Amino acid sequence: MKIAVCVKAVPDAASGRHIDPSSKRLDRSGELTISEWDTYPVEEALKLKEASGSGEVVVVSMGPERAMDALRKALAMGADRAVLISDSALEGADLLGTAKALAGALEQEGADLVLFGQQSADGGGACLWAAVAERLRQPVVSQVSELTVDGSSLTGKRQTEYGYDTIRAPLPAVVAVADSINTPRYPSLKGIMGAKKKPQDARAAADVGGVEAPGTTVVSLSPPPARGEAQKIEDDGSGAEKIVEFLAEKRFV
Amino acid sequence: MAKTLVFLEHHEGSIAKGSLGVLAKAAQIGGDVAAVLIGADVRGLAEGAGAFGAGTVWVADDASLAAPLPQPRVDVLAKLVADEGFDTVLFAQSVLAADVAAGLSARLDAGLNWGLVDFDGETGKAPQLQDTVVVDVGWSSPVKLGIFRAGALDAVESGGSAEVKDAAVELEDFSTQAEMVEQAHAEQQGPSIEDADVIVAGGRGLGEPEKFALAEELAQALGGAVAATRAVVDAGWYPYSAQVGQTGKTVSPKLYVALGISGAIQHKVGMQGSSVIVAINKDPNAPIFEFSDLGVVGDLHEIVPKLTELVRARKG
Repeated sequence: MKIAVCVKAVPDAASGRHIDPSSKRLDRSGELTISEWDTYPVEEALKLKEASGSGEVVVVSMGPERAMDALRKALAMGADRAVLISDSALEGADLLGTAKALAGALEQEGADLVLFGQQSADGGGACLWAAVAERLRQPVVSQVSELTVDGSSLTGKRQTEYGYDTIRAPLPAVVAVADSINTPRYPSLKGIMGAKKKPQDARAAADVGGVEAPGTTVVSLSPPPARGEAQKIEDDGSGAEKIVEFLAEKRFV
Repeated sequence: MAKTLVFLEHHEGSIAKGSLGVLAKAAQIGGDVAAVLIGADVRGLAEGAGAFGAGTVWVADDASLAAPLPQPRVDVLAKLVADEGFDTVLFAQSVLAADVAAGLSARLDAGLNWGLVDFDGETGKAPQLQDTVVVDVGWSSPVKLGIFRAGALDAVESGGSAEVKDAAVELEDFSTQAEMVEQAHAEQQGPSIEDADVIVAGGRGLGEPEKFALAEELAQALGGAVAATRAVVDAGWYPYSAQVGQTGKTVSPKLYVALGISGAIQHKVGMQGSSVIVAINKDPNAPIFEFSDLGVVGDLHEIVPKLTELVRARKG
């Protein structure tokens, strides 16, 4: 079985994530690291490959050329290959542009299963998989916390606002996994040493079907409203009433 | 004139409040506002949406749409948008709505902005990066798609009535491949702390393990979940699964009520993303007051039972 895992290289949390006021885009000039949420689908892909005894795990990403360094973590964990779509024409791509580029690369890979993490660590739309599945014209199951793959179909269990769904779909399919699905392994020293030697392909936008015009724009940026003046009161017997008034003002009661 | 379509999510015979909030918002902006209900046996819900501002409610009522799966909904919406010429389609955030909206975005080449807390018909406001920046977002595509943040809008009734019309149900082959095998309802003990909108957390200030009942009762009244600090989990007062903090879970509910919690950094990092923080602690110098929206210095054993009563009374 061939599994493609879509991952994102995001600015390292330690060095901070912020938007560059001039480009109005996330500042990616600092160190990039694989989004913490994306180690879960990598782990799941490796487990599926190990359980079946054969197959291939390919990590697919879109980002600046430097993102390849971040993808090496997935290779160090055990993924076989990395594909990075990198093109200045894709800078600032929104959901549409990202979905088109990834779907283009995924079509070429022809994987049986495409995995995503449950969200990115920076953009946070938590819906890219559905756009990619639409482009691939494949079934999609999101927020999966238990995944079984059985020959030609998969079964995923997931939590929604209302309870637990169990959904079955034939392969090929697109699945987004929740972070409760597994505990990602740490790369071994041998894995880290071997990662650099694994195939790492860079693709331009033209290689994966061209660039799609964005459907969204960023008009302006502003600081968030200041956290309301913190109030601190002494309980004089009316503390409970004051809390309820506050909760009512904030529409919690 | 803008033609807006609002996706109404429903569960067990009622329309989700969040969807009605988005509908009320669309009606407030003005133009031609319609809503769409997609499912099986949902026709009866349609008229009720008129009161929240829908002039027309489109209904796709078909057994093939019974399971809350996204892809058949994309098919129905895409056809409706094309046939009726809607230029804006709005959603309230949910697991289902995000997948529907993104699929529709790719189908229609329509830009999708998410996390909206406001929208004026042309631009929206979306706080990003853990609310450290507010982005004014716009659209460059002919059809605008937007997902509002959960709980961002009030479902305000405007008292109108809706014309109910049938929407065509023509499903793509790939859209019907995923099938719902089973739907199990979550236990009715309230949400888990990672999903909860409201969390009541207890610390050592509760005094003894039995006093966690105070936190549980308040949480129940507020419709929330109970969390605990590492100190009390370590002491065996409450299970590890409820622990919030550096070595426990990281939560970001809309409301976090801290009972007898000092606010050590180990705890703070697990809950500082909460939208509104209320703290009750008898120590006026407790660090928790530095990052609480409302801090009450007092005896929680006096305040909390009263507070629970008042919340119950308010919620009816």
